[in-house]
Amino acid sequence: MEENKKNIAIEVKDLVTHYGPRKILDGINLTVKEGEIMIIMGGSGSGKSTLLRYLLGLGIPTSGSIKLLGEDITNLSTNEMFELRKNMGVAFQGGALLSSMTIGENVQLPLREHTNLDEKTMDIMARMKLEVVNLGGFEKLMPSELSGGMIKRAAVARAIVMDPKLMFFDEPSAGLDPVVSAELDELILRLRDVMNMTIVVVTHELDSAFKIADRITVLDRGHILMSDTVEEIKNSDNERIQSLLNRTPSNEVINADEYLSRLTGM
Amino acid sequence: MPEYIAHRFLNVVEKIGISTVKFIEAVGYYFALLIESVAWIIAGSFYKQPVRIPSIFSQMMTIGIAACPIVFILSFSIGVMLAIQMIYNLKTFGAESQVVVGVALSVTREFAPLITGILIAGRTGSALAAKLGTMQVNQEIDALRVMGINPIRYLVSPALLAMLIMVPALTFFSDIAGLLGGALYTGIEIGLSFSAYIDRTMAALMVGDVMQGLFKSLVFALIITLVGASSGFSVTGGAEGVGKATTRSVVLSISFIVIADMIFTYFLNR
Repeated sequence: MEENKKNIAIEVKDLVTHYGPRKILDGINLTVKEGEIMIIMGGSGSGKSTLLRYLLGLGIPTSGSIKLLGEDITNLSTNEMFELRKNMGVAFQGGALLSSMTIGENVQLPLREHTNLDEKTMDIMARMKLEVVNLGGFEKLMPSELSGGMIKRAAVARAIVMDPKLMFFDEPSAGLDPVVSAELDELILRLRDVMNMTIVVVTHELDSAFKIADRITVLDRGHILMSDTVEEIKNSDNERIQSLLNRTPSNEVINADEYLSRLTGM
Repeated sequence: MPEYIAHRFLNVVEKIGISTVKFIEAVGYYFALLIESVAWIIAGSFYKQPVRIPSIFSQMMTIGIAACPIVFILSFSIGVMLAIQMIYNLKTFGAESQVVVGVALSVTREFAPLITGILIAGRTGSALAAKLGTMQVNQEIDALRVMGINPIRYLVSPALLAMLIMVPALTFFSDIAGLLGGALYTGIEIGLSFSAYIDRTMAALMVGDVMQGLFKSLVFALIITLVGASSGFSVTGGAEGVGKATTRSVVLSISFIVIADMIFTYFLNR
């Protein structure tokens, strides 16, 4: 435990982001230790997908810093960012496999673009990664010929083909049946145990979150409510967290004047 | 109600202002896209992200070679059509034999680049917009970016290079097809032999005439690629957005092509 403390993989400090004039994330502070599985949880519109976009370096924050593997991605040069990206893998919600290529070509794509390996080696590496996600023998198929769960697993294979140190999952169990979703959870745990990756998962599925998480961060309307272990989250007496855990609808008190002005648009 | 009219007037002014700003923004985006694509073509290797030769060739196949039959058919028809119109017009002066010069100049200077440009805008520009738009919607563009693959380098630069090579090549092909159409009709209508037609065409045409057409086709290639790519990248809102972007790219590129054609023709003939 002592050793883990100094190896921080992800460190977000005072992150503020806007979408147009609207503030989406407000003062986010987050640290993820090396080899840890961090779940980012929250309801729709809580800003969890936005937080992931910024962690991936897909947006420029209004203020604050995001350090991945010790490097602040908010002011990295193109070349440094390019090098850092080789250490990051991302499994998008819909898989985001390139539809014009076969599964095998998709998995090989990072190798083809970033390395000078020969064709045979790349073939073998792609097959190895497809075996890891139980998709051996599917490399000749097109993404449109696969089921949703298989596409997600193929996307994982593509994400891990460069053996990244950081791995991000966006809603891994969205749109999957419970069995496939459980398999994906197993896969996430295995990746961490076997390859010692640091993993960040954005999800709103409670069961899968409790099963795989080392720590959970709960986001609500752009703020972090809590960032702690599964036990602590379960025992939290915060009303919003409890309503999220117990799936109760939020009963907010309506301010009559505000409500009226919203309706009339004045 | 003067107040009401003033309000309406202000509304109109505001709308004009907004669309002007949007237009300037779009033009700025085209130039940024152009500069970035060219920069990747030139300097990609220094950033260890070269523009791959095979992808340029595969683009050239789909843009160029696959379009040959349709370019031939359209240009041939244009050639025949021009010959019909010119013989009819020149008859009034008893100068039917001048049709050769007329067809040669109009095909090479104007019709071949224009018809090729419009065809490629409808065929390749729309395909580019649809492809990039779908990729945007499916997060494939984001996936490329997080894999450290610059989407402009990977998707736009090869298309731009392929277009800059293939559109002029197709225009030259269209020149030949158009002249062939003219020759065929002239031969049937006023009995001019094929070899005489070719001789007279060669005598009438200067290198500059053909070059003018090819130069314009280069401009058209730029317009089609930049409009198609930027329409694709700007897609929001799912499948409907992709459809809108595709339509937008075709309408915009054809409009820009015709306007650019007018401007360049004016300056090239000063």
